Amino acid sequence: MLTADSTIAVAMSGGVDSSVVAAMLRAEGHNVIGLTMQLWNQRRLAGHEGMPESVQGRCCSLDDVYDARRVAETIGIPYYVVNHEERFERDVVRPFVEEYLSGRTPIPCSLCNNHLKFDQLLIVARQIGADRVATGHYAQVVFDDPSGRWMLERPVDHAKDQTYFLFGLTQEQLSRTMFPLGGMTKPEVRELARQYALVIAEKPDSQEICFVPGGDYKKFLDAYLAEQGEPPLETPGEMVTTDGTVIGEHTGIHNFTVGQRKGLGIATGSPLYVLQIKGDTRQVIVGHDEDLYSKTLTTHRNNLISVAELTEPMRVAVKIRHRHQPAPAMIESTGPDQIQVTFDAPQRAITPGQAAVFYDGDAVVGGGWIEGRD
Amino acid sequence: MRRIYLDNNATTPVLPEVLDAMRPYFTEHFGNASSIHHHGQETRSAVERSRESVAQLLHCRPSEIVFTSGGTESDNLAIFGLAHEGDHIVTSTIEHHAVMNACKHLGKKGCEITSIPVDSRGQVDPDDVKRALRPNTKLLTIMTANNETGVLQPVEEIGKIADEGDIYFHTDAVQAAGKIPVDVNKIGCDLLTISGHKIHGPQGIGALYVRKGTQIEAMLYGGSHERQRRAGTENVPGIIGLGKAAELAHAALERGDDQKVAALRDQLESALRQIVSTGTNGEGAPRVPNTTNIYFDAIEGESLVIALDLKGLAVSTGAACSSGAIEPSHVLTAMGLAPDQARASIRFSLGKQNTKDDVDFAINLVPETVTRLRDLSPVYNRVASQKV
Repeated sequence: MLTADSTIAVAMSGGVDSSVVAAMLRAEGHNVIGLTMQLWNQRRLAGHEGMPESVQGRCCSLDDVYDARRVAETIGIPYYVVNHEERFERDVVRPFVEEYLSGRTPIPCSLCNNHLKFDQLLIVARQIGADRVATGHYAQVVFDDPSGRWMLERPVDHAKDQTYFLFGLTQEQLSRTMFPLGGMTKPEVRELARQYALVIAEKPDSQEICFVPGGDYKKFLDAYLAEQGEPPLETPGEMVTTDGTVIGEHTGIHNFTVGQRKGLGIATGSPLYVLQIKGDTRQVIVGHDEDLYSKTLTTHRNNLISVAELTEPMRVAVKIRHRHQPAPAMIESTGPDQIQVTFDAPQRAITPGQAAVFYDGDAVVGGGWIEGRD
Repeated sequence: MRRIYLDNNATTPVLPEVLDAMRPYFTEHFGNASSIHHHGQETRSAVERSRESVAQLLHCRPSEIVFTSGGTESDNLAIFGLAHEGDHIVTSTIEHHAVMNACKHLGKKGCEITSIPVDSRGQVDPDDVKRALRPNTKLLTIMTANNETGVLQPVEEIGKIADEGDIYFHTDAVQAAGKIPVDVNKIGCDLLTISGHKIHGPQGIGALYVRKGTQIEAMLYGGSHERQRRAGTENVPGIIGLGKAAELAHAALERGDDQKVAALRDQLESALRQIVSTGTNGEGAPRVPNTTNIYFDAIEGESLVIALDLKGLAVSTGAACSSGAIEPSHVLTAMGLAPDQARASIRFSLGKQNTKDDVDFAINLVPETVTRLRDLSPVYNRVASQKV
């Protein structure tokens, strides 16, 4: 259990949230060690076509490391940068590229949390003598006595809820993880940053995918493949309606996401939307808005948190993208590592490659990666 | 907390005598060495005395010493000062970034660059150097001692090759100076780099030996300082500090202090090699007396360095990049180590200030830390269980 003299490694990004976490834990008297994960070298793609000439973007920028170091110095804790560039490229950037190539729309933040932040960070933390890892995520970890399980719950500040990106945490990881901001609101966190006189108190929040400058993932894909000496993404193909009629050509499947309306480049009577992207045939299936709705989806690569297994159908609310209001549904195990989600009401634009996360009230039941919909 | 510093190849503490020598040159003797008045003359003679001390350490003439801002500038001045578009440069795969990236830059500017590989002990084969020569080879730049392994390169043989081929030879002796005798005539080099803060002098000062008659093009434009080879008002306190450090290093070598350092290093190395699944990088090759580079199988070197630092022992792995993260060592991978093994390697480097107590501190701390890391290493446990 956590005692005052526990050693805690804090993942510090140089932003307000993780800086306040470090300062709070230090003020509580814990031995705090600041760690920044160096994940991506922004210089790598600088100057490639479509990329900024100079280093931009937030991920692992020298400015952020500088900020984290200054905060560590202010609050008086040891601080180190650990290099996980190779693993980040292998486990996050590569899959991100592959997902687009196969017609899915990935969420690298979840991949990163599952494969890097909580996996590697916990290993490093234990190796350097820290019992636990704390991050600036807005979420709560609670031990549930009756079930003997570690629960992941939504934070007090629902607007900042990041549990959607954390569904992959294992029991072992949760047992060693702390989210000290789970009970606070963002304005409270900023106020604390000011009280602790942290230099980053007024720093704006980051939103975009950290390694993609300006959020333009298409340019990133092109620049990355060029750097790797791989052919550029050329995935043009047919634009097809639901009844199989070819109505035109498109410029490449990675330019589309499910539910997208604009940019189809085709004039028709009623608006057309992307319904499905087929990686194998490179077809983009289009149709009317009502065709975007479906009641069921299946997930794979699942992780369960509040329950050990799904022995019978369970009533939950399911979130299918970060900005989606959880919708009432039943979940049911339909095969080894396969869960079927049946919504009460049809949901719009269920997108393969995104995660479906299951909630029971504020508790995360679990989640998985969306394979397909009916 | 008791803190023990065993990272003297990164930098060394300034010796008290060095600081004492420097101190008056910040305040009392503040003159510009180029001024004609008393104040200038005073500092001028101090600068020239320092030049003599450095020359004595390297066995050259004082006029052959150019003071610079450090090892990187000296390396850059030697390379950019000599090589031009169309020239061929021969270097090695284990050079310091100051040489490696200078050559890389010239590679983009129309020079041809050949990087000689090293054997598994980390040494360049002089025959490879000979074979790499071309009619347009202008410069050989190969270090005297490697910063990560301490392995000495066959610079005297390379010097002969350069001499026979009438090619300029530059050697980065930053990690050799003060640790072993360095004689520019025995080496047969035309240019040689040293740095103040690696020999218990201050940071921000270095020197380049330039053999008489070797024409190098200056990189900085300005006044006619340093015989027009390096413009800019002299860093007088730095120069005084470097001079004093050179003098002390020379005297220590004459006394045979390097044997004492070697004995401490050997004690540390053999104790750490008692830990299972370890190896010495550069084993069997001649090395400077203060350095040992050891790999600990299945360890993440980065974690070991942090864990040791948190317990008060400062050592290092690889090279720190701009963020402070560790990049896998190009030196160790050039020696044929797998990336995992390179990442599992730690450098311990001793300085004049280190005592037997310091070494004992490391001998007590490292084994238990390695054991803890291995207990938490999925890789090590997998390998260990397969062995059972």
